[in-house]
Amino acid sequence: MIVEIGHYALTLALALALVQAIVPLWGAARSDEGLIGVAQSTAIGQFAAVALSFAALVEAHLVSDFSVLNVAENSHTAVPTIYKITGVWGNHEGSMLLWVLILAVFGALVAIFARALPPVLRGNVLGVQGLISSAFLAFILITSNPFARLDPAPFEGRDLNPVLQDPGLAIHPPLLYLGYVGFSIVFSFAAAALIEGRVDAAWARFVRPFALIAWSFLTLGIAMGSYWAYYTLGWGGFWFWDPVENASLMPWLAGTAFVHSVAVMEKREALKVWTVFLAIVAFSFSLLGTFLVRSGVLTSVHAFASDPERGVFILLILAAFIGGALALFAWRAPLLKQGGLFAPISREGALVLNNLFLTTSCAAVMLGTLYPLALEQLTGEKITVGAPFFNMTCGALLIALCAVIPFGQSLAWKRGDLLGAAQRLAIAGAAGLCVAVALYAAMSGGPVLAPIGAGLAIYVILGASSEIAARLWRGGAPFSVLLARAAGLPLSTWGAAVAHLGVGVTLLGLAMTGFGAETIASMKIGEPRVVGPYVVAFESLQPRVGPNYRELVAKAAIRKGGAVVATVEPSKRFFPAREMSTTQAGIVTLDLGQIYISIGDENNGAIAARLYWKPLVTLIWIGACVMALGGALSLADRRLRIGAPARAKAALAPQPTRAG
Amino acid sequence: MTRKGRRLTLIGVALCVVAFAVGLGLYALRDSIVFFYGPSEIAEKNVQPGARLRVGGLVKPGTLVRSANERISFVITDNAHDVAVTYQGQVPDLFREGQGVVAEGVLEAPGKFHADTILAKHDERYMPREVVDALKKQGRWQEGGGT
Repeated sequence: MIVEIGHYALTLALALALVQAIVPLWGAARSDEGLIGVAQSTAIGQFAAVALSFAALVEAHLVSDFSVLNVAENSHTAVPTIYKITGVWGNHEGSMLLWVLILAVFGALVAIFARALPPVLRGNVLGVQGLISSAFLAFILITSNPFARLDPAPFEGRDLNPVLQDPGLAIHPPLLYLGYVGFSIVFSFAAAALIEGRVDAAWARFVRPFALIAWSFLTLGIAMGSYWAYYTLGWGGFWFWDPVENASLMPWLAGTAFVHSVAVMEKREALKVWTVFLAIVAFSFSLLGTFLVRSGVLTSVHAFASDPERGVFILLILAAFIGGALALFAWRAPLLKQGGLFAPISREGALVLNNLFLTTSCAAVMLGTLYPLALEQLTGEKITVGAPFFNMTCGALLIALCAVIPFGQSLAWKRGDLLGAAQRLAIAGAAGLCVAVALYAAMSGGPVLAPIGAGLAIYVILGASSEIAARLWRGGAPFSVLLARAAGLPLSTWGAAVAHLGVGVTLLGLAMTGFGAETIASMKIGEPRVVGPYVVAFESLQPRVGPNYRELVAKAAIRKGGAVVATVEPSKRFFPAREMSTTQAGIVTLDLGQIYISIGDENNGAIAARLYWKPLVTLIWIGACVMALGGALSLADRRLRIGAPARAKAALAPQPTRAG
Repeated sequence: MTRKGRRLTLIGVALCVVAFAVGLGLYALRDSIVFFYGPSEIAEKNVQPGARLRVGGLVKPGTLVRSANERISFVITDNAHDVAVTYQGQVPDLFREGQGVVAEGVLEAPGKFHADTILAKHDERYMPREVVDALKKQGRWQEGGGT
């Protein structure tokens, strides 16, 4: 019964989405506020319906209702409760339902915060949002119904894919989807601007918070996916240039470009047409990512079951939205008035350069990802484009971008002083150079790029900090004055500095992988092995029984200078329900670096093992979190939020009001 | 600077970055494309030793030999032609005899392949798609027959 209610609610959501797609757009065209007003209630109603539907599916998974096909195929009574819940989106149908749920959440958010928007813009934005919702709800109901029944119901489910039985499944997909889907709002705003033929700084101020939310979550989602792949695949790698990873990197690159260009538009009313174009591109890449991952054109852990019908449907959605938006852009963009002027050497100029680097690297990733697919369709020849391609194109462009980041931050708007900026960055540059030279001297073999990357990272980190330091210092002052000045700086300035600092931290983590150590060995119990600065030895090898698996656990002690600093328990798990085994790597973090041990088969009392020492590797993901924190700080800047109610001064009287 | 001059500067810089990227892309693409072949295609196309490629097929039952230091050797087959593969390192969890596999590496001599990467499927229900296609070409694949 609950399952049928879920199905009914989903159908209801589609009906509401259709109303939301048609009525407000019609109303906006006629400037009829009554018709536009329909949008908000339908958006909120749609959210309620999708949430009910999602809750029904969660309930079916929780009680292991195997009469539901989705539950029978992806759950098992012995699965721990947490994986019963996360298993809801550990399959095609459920993950699409999560996609739509997040879409509805964003739609409702816009509906709530859109009261401050001019009515025509509000009607168009929510109308376009309704179109997107309708398309995806129809996709679920027609091709991927999660509520399909199974008769007769089996006594036991087929179990969740053991690779997915991991806390990562609870975090990675929701974060990633919040990012992917968040860009739909940005897209809707761009489409609305084009329909109306009007875009201004106020538009940029409305869009920016949503873009920052989407960007921050996408950053976290990608980082989480990377860390999950790192610890679960047992290869010690964190980025494989796999098409699925590229599918998430492309919207990130386009979104990063958008977050920067929208700042120019908001401050200087320049780059209008370009910003609108980027908004379309960012969400188009999100859709492309959904298509690549969900249609089964790629072989990957993310492609659950491939079904040609679904692929065609998503391709149609993709073509309709991307094609429609680009056609609208070609038709209406000339209406958008040209914006302000700026000198090439200025903050705006630097941000244009940033956009150039980001979009070209995005194009390079797209080429490498889609070229094999296109070639296979055209000639039947199967190829893969390997990591060297991406490292050389995207990697080189992004490293070049890192070199100009600190300059962009220290140039003034409108007309900048390149020499002055260079002087201010001299210390950061010198420090980076020293680090690079010192590391190069200390290095024995290994890639030359590693010390260069590390030096560049130090330069970016110091450059980002020096911008803030220069603003606070200004000829020196007592600590309390500095503190007051720090509080007085706009949060968006802090956000930018922190986000750029995060870029440096991630780059440092990436560069330091060049200084790691790796051994593949067959080790007897008690036999020591040197890995980097540590010595690893296995102490025991024992079987253990988990809730729905059996495992062979090796206990390894990690010593430094004779003393045990840590023990880890890498294991090999066997899941009888699917007759599958997985590798659980034993990982311990020591001084921000990690010892990573994954075991293979046992052979005559010796354990096959891969041992890694990865210095400062955690910085890769810490840096991503710092970037997202920067996004959150910017988001918290009240100056940038139109429609946020004016701060109640009485309640907060003792606090100094913020500058600006 | 005039509006026109500024625009020209912008376009000039943009063209430089794009040209740089296109150059890098073409250069990198030349070296990092890896072709995928089944054992029969390697025999038919007379692929030259030294070429870097991916070979996909089934691990021929009874051919997997494990020796010291994680060295393994096995035969990839599509039941028409075979390729002998050597590899050092840990293999994926789902690598076993009779199952689909994709190996990436260098063809050392005709019929002899040294792999540096072994990919197996992620889930017992699915074969690597390339392997399915390669087997289909040989008429060795029955729908639903799975593994």
